[in-house]
Amino acid sequence: MLSTKHLLGIKYITAGDIHAIFQTADQFKEILQRPIKKVPSLRDITVANLFFENSTRTRISFELAEKRLSADTVNFSAAASSVKKGETLLDTVNNILAMKVDMVVMRHPHPGAPVFLSQHIPACIINAGDGAHEHPTQALLDCFSIRENVNEFKGLNVAIVGDILHSRVALSNIFALQKLGANVRVCGPPTLIPRHLPDLGVQVSYDLRATLEWADVANMLRIQLERQDIRYFPSLREYSMLYGLDAELLSQLDPNLVIMHPGPINRGVEITSEVADADQSIILDQVENGVAVRMAVLYLLSGRSQN
Amino acid sequence: MTEKPALYLLQDGKLEVTLRRICHQLIENHPDFTDTVIIAIQPRGVYLGQRMHGLLQELYPEYDIPYGELDVTFQRDDIGRGRNPMLPNQTKIDFLIEDKQVILVDDVLYTGRTVRAALDAMLAFGRPQSVELLVLVDRKRKRELPIEAVYKGIEVDTLDSEKVIVRLREGGGEDSIRIESR
Repeated sequence: MLSTKHLLGIKYITAGDIHAIFQTADQFKEILQRPIKKVPSLRDITVANLFFENSTRTRISFELAEKRLSADTVNFSAAASSVKKGETLLDTVNNILAMKVDMVVMRHPHPGAPVFLSQHIPACIINAGDGAHEHPTQALLDCFSIRENVNEFKGLNVAIVGDILHSRVALSNIFALQKLGANVRVCGPPTLIPRHLPDLGVQVSYDLRATLEWADVANMLRIQLERQDIRYFPSLREYSMLYGLDAELLSQLDPNLVIMHPGPINRGVEITSEVADADQSIILDQVENGVAVRMAVLYLLSGRSQN
Repeated sequence: MTEKPALYLLQDGKLEVTLRRICHQLIENHPDFTDTVIIAIQPRGVYLGQRMHGLLQELYPEYDIPYGELDVTFQRDDIGRGRNPMLPNQTKIDFLIEDKQVILVDDVLYTGRTVRAALDAMLAFGRPQSVELLVLVDRKRKRELPIEAVYKGIEVDTLDSEKVIVRLREGGGEDSIRIESR
């Protein structure tokens, strides 16, 4: 049904794939509202969750998705493993696959790690975030959440605000939104916007107010302090004054503007608490939809794991 | 090689007669429709389910017979066995089937695997008092599971290479049942 054997990035899938995932996720979302939320689809499939980097939301969301599909799961985190003893990625994964694992969900700090793995091992790989490269399931759940709030993607204006340079969410969202026909504009301090971005057909702006006035949807990204090896802006206070969204600015914008955030939120930096908890904010819908979207991805890729 | 023309088993008026006959069989077994619900299997049982529901409501306007549509894609037993996963259809059941007499509707009964999946999928909506299967076409001697229909339109002997296609006017066009060689 999908054009691909793995989900390595949105770059490698088609608009048709995205629509198939959405159509499937719609049904899983209905199932998740039932008193019995489990289906037997992946009953004899084993999924390994390999997290070489910290995660709360994505990891729990994947684990829940796997359990709701009746898959068997094994969890791995780099902090408590032989990676610390110097084992290579390929060795670690091959050892896990020797125990008959069908699918691998992997988060890794190095961009391209899932692509590398997919070329060397027979299992189906799902990228749960690789460095500052891609985070495809986040983009899928973001777009799925947008889809619940707008009529169509064609001609929709979506702003992605904040730390674009370090954000895998930004890149995956740009690919996904463009494949669906939306217009994308990024906004943030010049130091946090990669120079090549206009080549992707993305508009660039350094003015938050103008960007939000243009936008139908605003995805406010987190400032990734842990990835910033140098200072990209003078202070968090200055950042939040120039690029943070507060209740006052929000009140001057179109009341239909949809506010998103991939989490975890630095309250008072990218957005204030009032904005995060405003009616226009779909932040918790994004988290809720994450499980249904990940179930759809796991389900649609499952048939291919044994080929 | 020339293609064999499709063989029509039932068309238009005759199919309507068959549907009405099944309806009256239902009424025989369910003198009182208060505890009976109709559930059609997605995607191909839906038009038949809607038609049967409509006919019954015509005959018994005083009862409000619940009608739902059940998708069984996620309960199929061939996921991960080389076949590509199928895209799901919508499940629309806004009532519980706990202690109800369920009439499960599909167009063609063949291997019985879809019905098995449906029995599994139904559990999410409660434990029914009983389940009866209603099909328009029973492809005889093709069962892979011990599943039989209580109400059936016609029985046919077919080859595995043949395909039984049911069209109802709800889906556009005329009512017809035909056999095609694949």
